[in-house]
Amino acid sequence: MKYKLLTAVAAAAMAAGPALAELTFSSLSYRTGPYAAGGIPFADGYADYFTLLNERDGGINGVKINLVECETGYNTEKGVECYEATKGQGVLVYQPLSTGITYQLIPKATADKIPVHSMGYGRTSAKNGSVFEWVFNYPANYWDGASIAITHILDINGGDINGKKVALLYHNSAYGKEPIRTLEELSKKHGYELSLLPVDHPGQEQKSQWLQIRQQRPDYVIMWGWGVMNQVAIQEAANIRFPMENFIGIWWSGSENDVRPAGDSAHNYKALTFHNVGSDYPLFDDIGKYVIDAGKAAGAGDQVGTVLYNRALYAAMLAAEAVKTAMEIHGTTEITPPMMRDGMEALEMTEEKMIALGLPNFGPTFSISCQNHGGYGFGAVTQWDAEAGEFKLITDYFQSDQDVIQELIEEDSAKYAAENGIEPRC
Amino acid sequence: MFYREAGDFKTSYMDDSETFPIRFDRYRYYFVLFAAFAVVPFLLNDYWVNAVLLPFLIYSIAAIGLNILVGYCGQVSLGTGGFMAVGAYACYKLMTGFPDVNIFFHIILAGAVTAGVCVIFGLPSLRIKGFYLAVATLAAQFFLVWLFNRVPWFYNYSASGQISSPERTIFGFPVTGAETAPWTAYLFCLVFTVASAIIARNLTRGMAGRKWMAIRDMDIAAEIIGVNPLRAKLSAFAISGFFVGIAGALFFSVYLGAVEVGEVFGINKSFLVLFMVIIGGLGSIFGSFAGAAFLVLLPVFLKNLLVGIMGWPTDLAAHLEFIIVGGLIVLFLIVEPHGLAQLWRLAKEKLRLWPFPH
Repeated sequence: MKYKLLTAVAAAAMAAGPALAELTFSSLSYRTGPYAAGGIPFADGYADYFTLLNERDGGINGVKINLVECETGYNTEKGVECYEATKGQGVLVYQPLSTGITYQLIPKATADKIPVHSMGYGRTSAKNGSVFEWVFNYPANYWDGASIAITHILDINGGDINGKKVALLYHNSAYGKEPIRTLEELSKKHGYELSLLPVDHPGQEQKSQWLQIRQQRPDYVIMWGWGVMNQVAIQEAANIRFPMENFIGIWWSGSENDVRPAGDSAHNYKALTFHNVGSDYPLFDDIGKYVIDAGKAAGAGDQVGTVLYNRALYAAMLAAEAVKTAMEIHGTTEITPPMMRDGMEALEMTEEKMIALGLPNFGPTFSISCQNHGGYGFGAVTQWDAEAGEFKLITDYFQSDQDVIQELIEEDSAKYAAENGIEPRC
Repeated sequence: MFYREAGDFKTSYMDDSETFPIRFDRYRYYFVLFAAFAVVPFLLNDYWVNAVLLPFLIYSIAAIGLNILVGYCGQVSLGTGGFMAVGAYACYKLMTGFPDVNIFFHIILAGAVTAGVCVIFGLPSLRIKGFYLAVATLAAQFFLVWLFNRVPWFYNYSASGQISSPERTIFGFPVTGAETAPWTAYLFCLVFTVASAIIARNLTRGMAGRKWMAIRDMDIAAEIIGVNPLRAKLSAFAISGFFVGIAGALFFSVYLGAVEVGEVFGINKSFLVLFMVIIGGLGSIFGSFAGAAFLVLLPVFLKNLLVGIMGWPTDLAAHLEFIIVGGLIVLFLIVEPHGLAQLWRLAKEKLRLWPFPH
């Protein structure tokens, strides 16, 4: 039995040989398991953007794109298996959409010299590119998110939140623990009281946490949730009649799938974002024409314009732009992962570029450098309108508290550099 | 014809009590060892090691450990994930606390620490049995995971709550960390797997193993013939914990490199290892290997077949994989409740008479 299987696996591994003269991207997606509600729209959007480029433009600068999808189920072990299975095919950049898998990939991809782009997730201190040469997390990271949420609360309260109570409801994992340091630092600065409420994987069981919220009566609840945990939390908040406008989720806790199950009672729930919402952009006409109507949509094709679909479009678009930059720098259309890294490090997103792509005013403008792999940390707040059934931007884009965050990033990345014997590059 | 005892004369007691009394079996065993140590390391790549061989070897150790407890001593345990976490965190604390000591000893010490913890959680087994013991060990599972999440000392106060293994070398070759070559990681785990299997095999056919089996078959009768249940049960917990701890330490340090306790060592891991033991065959060392191979290789194989070769959508393949693996488990339990090891035993019986069965 064992040997038979071994030979069969060998045959399978050999059959998946490398493809030539193509730009290979990998989608470590999860369309199954307790996090599929977030994984499906993201995987669809990521695939659809590359399909659009292939169908409309014949790829990037004439080179076709080959997207390899691998199912991780948001599980670290399967993520490692997917990484090992796909890296031999010349994948240019990994976007695993999981903080746990990103932590796995940071040392592995650094050793293999393949860039990782953890857009709005992953290890925050990877923003310091002089330590994390192969890891990028532009345009915003978790600590930016934490600071943006607090700044928003400050704005509502006229700049003074001394003595207010803020609770952090978080997924008890590397992902959910990320903002704690920042929120603690900010509480010293602004004088609010922080309480921590961890929720264990996968997150259906939150009765005791919400009981605590009822007892402690925090003025604001900030949530770091993902997958089924979001839906349950919003439903529980509705059950205890927690005022939704005081309930703020990180960008991973603000999709339609999260608020719909609670119905009308989810009205006014807030979530952060670092890109725009809705499908009112010229690019979506092209997606409709070349991808959806042509029957080439990934998945069921019913996710277009949702928050996470847009985020995946944005991620894919940034990857494609980095490829273009890399092609310019190296003067070739056959780029390798190290060239891709150079392209990402020289990436510059301007409003003109966004307009040309058909996404005017869709995301912040930023430029990446050796020191800064994380952009400038701009974000905005969206609010759920249950009647209209959509998230609406209620603030402009504003920057996180860079004074506090930059210091924390320096500290954490210096610790990582010391642990792993890395000389800062610049 | 060639697979029989006849003509294979034993002239000493040593020879007579060999693990593999049949000559063909013996040569097959030497051949497998030779291939595993001297041939496979030259044929490896990253994918084979990280997706197939390391999980297989490490789960085999865990399955051997659990098999001693469940299969040989009859004490049902659902705490394997938690005990693996003890091994992983002990290894991490030792690696970071004493960076000059060789990782090899850290892993063995991590096993020893787990053995101690396992004995503590095995104490209720002296009063309760069966399902009730399963519940008690389930409590160990949840308590240990909670503990490693709750107390920052265990993860050295890192901001993410994760533990990640620093680079450690053996004879100058890195075996943990990102720079590890596939063959070093493989050989490092292989040494532990083979040693565990040999130790476990010899323990289970010696006095300790007989005591465990006596307790398993009927504890009151065992007590009457002079087996001390306290020592027998707790020694089973200790030795089982030792192997499971080694598996946990290797799982963290060599295989994954960075671990988040709730995800990696959750209740699912306990069930997975228990399934390996049940499918492989309770009370069989070979069964531990067969069960680990079945549950590690089958999903990888199905995934490669359905997605890689047949080009199906990944979600459909993932769902189908659950159905097929689950279905096969049920089928196996109906057709052969004693597991893959029993199939192997039957095949050997048949082979002895072949080609003249009458």
